[in-house]
Amino acid sequence: MIDGSMIGMLLGGLITSIEIFLLTLLFSLPLGLLVAFGRMSGFAPLKWLMKVYISIMRGTPLMLQLIVVFFGPYYIFGASLSSDYRFIAVIIAFSINYAAYFAEIYRGGIEAIPKGQYEAAQVLGYGKVQTFFIIILPQVFRIIIPSVTNEVITLVKDTSLSFVLAIPEMFTIAKQIAAADASIVALLVAGVFYYVFNVVVAFVMARLERRYNYYSN
Amino acid sequence: MSLLKVKNLKKSFDEEEVLKDISLEVEKGEVLCIIGPSGSGKSTLLRCITDLEQEDGGVIDFDGTFGLVFQDFNLFPHHSVMKNITNAPIKVQKRDKTEVFQSARALLKKMGLEDKEDAYPHELSGGQQQRVSIARALAMNPDILFFDEPTSALDPELTSEILVVIRDLAAENMTMVIVTHEMTFARNVADKIIFMDDGHIVEEGTPDEVFSSDNSRMREFLGKFYD
Repeated sequence: MIDGSMIGMLLGGLITSIEIFLLTLLFSLPLGLLVAFGRMSGFAPLKWLMKVYISIMRGTPLMLQLIVVFFGPYYIFGASLSSDYRFIAVIIAFSINYAAYFAEIYRGGIEAIPKGQYEAAQVLGYGKVQTFFIIILPQVFRIIIPSVTNEVITLVKDTSLSFVLAIPEMFTIAKQIAAADASIVALLVAGVFYYVFNVVVAFVMARLERRYNYYSN
Repeated sequence: MSLLKVKNLKKSFDEEEVLKDISLEVEKGEVLCIIGPSGSGKSTLLRCITDLEQEDGGVIDFDGTFGLVFQDFNLFPHHSVMKNITNAPIKVQKRDKTEVFQSARALLKKMGLEDKEDAYPHELSGGQQQRVSIARALAMNPDILFFDEPTSALDPELTSEILVVIRDLAAENMTMVIVTHEMTFARNVADKIIFMDDGHIVEEGTPDEVFSSDNSRMREFLGKFYD
């Protein structure tokens, strides 16, 4: 039932899943910070736009967003899409979706920093950018790590949604094997791999959390 | 020669006028204590002078460097004591690292904290934290040091720790403006005292002049401390 070729195919899929996972974090973590800035901006149109964006990203299914990002350019602009775009669409959809969640996490963290920290920084002559990167952001990281961990663990599992665009990641491949074998064993094995993946992610995040725990407020 | 000149300063929050036409001068080497009841505008005055609030009218004439010591310290919790003190001189004033570290160690020694340079603020008592924040302000080599109720968050024992430090600075002719509720301390350390009430300067002069004033509001306020 479980043979080497099944494991090999699933592991091949797992590599694609990991690629989606890493690329999504790479783009969505900084993008989320920019969205958070927009969401907290004093410029009303930008703030309103970011609110709508976050609301839509959180309020509609990620699977639907994947489909819209992939087929949208064709239906809206009549653009002909290369086969590479399938993977790019997945990364775009995941990144803009997770950026919305991360933006709200950043915002919560930034708003939790006492006003006195900004005042002390100002009196010491730090500029706005210096204040943010030297004084505020390191403290924000510490506050938000537990919430970010939750999102990152969810992302590991959400990569399986890319099956709707037939990306050869682990879940897509497990489904194909299961259909061919008329057995759910491949899906169960994939489940074990997802679990191990997340155990590793949780371990890394716990270490990160410990590294930021050298001080308390 | 006056180092700081404030003329006809006005400040309101919404409809409430907090500072009504405040004028004062601080000479080089002078210690000015500002006293008065809560809500009289003392802290707002200090916050306008230090640019933490924007005044609505009047002129603040001062071009030098200043330091501000807050009531609740506002140390950076993620930086060690040493980094709290040295980071702004290095990153903002672009001074030489070795020189900054040397002067920071000298300041810590002066504050009796020479063994705390690697500690984090949460590992220190309130009095120690406030001494670090004084060292942080002094490390910028300010022309004037402002204190906004520096002992209000501390118990009496820790308060005296801080008052001793400020007295030592006064003995070194550091120019200081101190908003405080410590009347005995103000009387001992100040060259000049300003008594504020309801956004006005009610009384101004040497400690002896102010503390023997006939002004009824001043007497009423002092009575609460000496009865």
